[in-house]
Amino acid sequence: MSKYEHSVVLNPEKCTGCTTCLRHCTTEAIRIENGKARIIDDRCIDCGECIRVCPQKAKKAICGRLSDMDKYKWKIALPAPTLYGQFDNLDDIDYVLDGLIKIGFDDVFEVSKAAELVSAYTRKYLKTEGVKKPAISSACPAVLRLIGLRFPSLTENVIHMLPPMEVAAKLAKAKAMREHPELKKEEIGVCFITPCPAKCSYIKNGFSDYKSNVDEVVSISDIYFLLIGEMKMGTDVVRLSDSGMIGVGWARSGGEATAIFNDNYLAADGIENVNRILDQIENGNIPSLEFIELNACTGGCVGGVLTMQNPFVAKARLQTLRRYLPVSQNTPAKSELEYIPDYYLFDSFPKYPPISRLSDNMSESMRMMADIQKLREKLPGIDCGSCGAPNCRAFAEDVVRGFADIKQCRMIENGEDSYDSRESD
Amino acid sequence: MSEELIFHFDVDGEDFTSAGQASVQVKKNLRRLGISPEIIRRVSIAMYEGEINMVIHAGGGVADVKVLEDRIEIVLTDHGPGIKDIDMAMQEGYSTATDNIRTLGFGAGMGLPNMKRYSDTMKIDSTLGVGTTIVMTVNIQ
Repeated sequence: MSKYEHSVVLNPEKCTGCTTCLRHCTTEAIRIENGKARIIDDRCIDCGECIRVCPQKAKKAICGRLSDMDKYKWKIALPAPTLYGQFDNLDDIDYVLDGLIKIGFDDVFEVSKAAELVSAYTRKYLKTEGVKKPAISSACPAVLRLIGLRFPSLTENVIHMLPPMEVAAKLAKAKAMREHPELKKEEIGVCFITPCPAKCSYIKNGFSDYKSNVDEVVSISDIYFLLIGEMKMGTDVVRLSDSGMIGVGWARSGGEATAIFNDNYLAADGIENVNRILDQIENGNIPSLEFIELNACTGGCVGGVLTMQNPFVAKARLQTLRRYLPVSQNTPAKSELEYIPDYYLFDSFPKYPPISRLSDNMSESMRMMADIQKLREKLPGIDCGSCGAPNCRAFAEDVVRGFADIKQCRMIENGEDSYDSRESD
Repeated sequence: MSEELIFHFDVDGEDFTSAGQASVQVKKNLRRLGISPEIIRRVSIAMYEGEINMVIHAGGGVADVKVLEDRIEIVLTDHGPGIKDIDMAMQEGYSTATDNIRTLGFGAGMGLPNMKRYSDTMKIDSTLGVGTTIVMTVNIQ
């Protein structure tokens, strides 16, 4: 299996090994080695939580740059609806789209348009026979990776629909080919403007055997100041937004869920909360629901770590922008709703290295588990992080799996735990 | 000899997703006529609230927007259940919207009060079991 290219990286010069990120990582993907944080590739879901909590600002996300688009003759921007909530005193989405043209794009295709189409097909999907309920949304790539790594039994519940950004890329390219037949396919470039690193990784790595339709990706924080410089209120705009309330609403947690027109749903946001909900779903500890929307970031995509605005302020701004928009401006015609088109769907969930399982062999796993339990009794149990692992249980696992040495526990090394005193009693 | 221009829309009560589209179309048309943005804003808000009401409460209807030299007239006609108590309905916060509608963000009870606020004149004619007609005007200064 080829290596997964992550978007969250560490700047070792700024890292002091303080253990903050260690303790906040939901998938326990970080270890401190030689005084610096190291991200375990197989466990990282690119949620960006470590970027948020790092006091030294040593973690960052790597996306593309605007100049990456220079190689294309026809440049199309795909703004995530989160972008619309980033600006002060904005009363019309059209100015944002116009601004994107002014900073160098040839055309703009709103992801919120595709979101409305995805919502329409999701409504149809949920009415189909044999769909496993609760159906879990496939929109957040960090959640998809979390499910694949930690909750593989729930992969059957995930709706096998591609996220709006993929549908938007496909439609944008088709539109460009139609309107500009003189262009060759390779000359058209589609650039997603992302609020988070997880979407960056999704684009870089594709999903399962499926390669992303999106060519390049830049973060909202990267183009924010460029855009602001070009957005002048009160001028005539050329590019008009044609998204409705539903499309723009996808940027906030709950927006996707209300679009199914059925109140039998649950919408959760924040990676810790998502983890707990997935646990409950796996345990069968939830009411019977139709649809579940899960967002790794607090508030939904507006809380993405590559945004410029406080998520709750952005949410409030989007409320104002949405207020007099039609419910939806992109609904497939009745004839188009007979079946869901191929390009909205993906076939199978990718295979992830199962991080919850100790080994492939049952008896081997049982032996390891017994060793871990024995070792845990010797450890101080205070989760101090000095060994470089997030807690004593994870450290015990690391030792038994051969990734760490018991001597890394400073407490045991210095004889400060009860281990020595038990021996001498 | 007054010039008048009429935009006619059928508001579909079955398709909730298309609610609000007529108002957007009127906004676009008025922009082309060069009417001031403030007037356009008032017309589109007043019409939007009325249009949504027709979809949510009346099963749809028709909207006719007449542009005259000195004013814009919005006539919304439906054959819905009619408004039981107009005074109550005009109160801010009062709504007969169902829970389903409220989860989508509608039903705050501000529709009719907003229509009155943004228009210069408003007349409501309603008969239970027959339907409702609302006529609003916005003056073009």
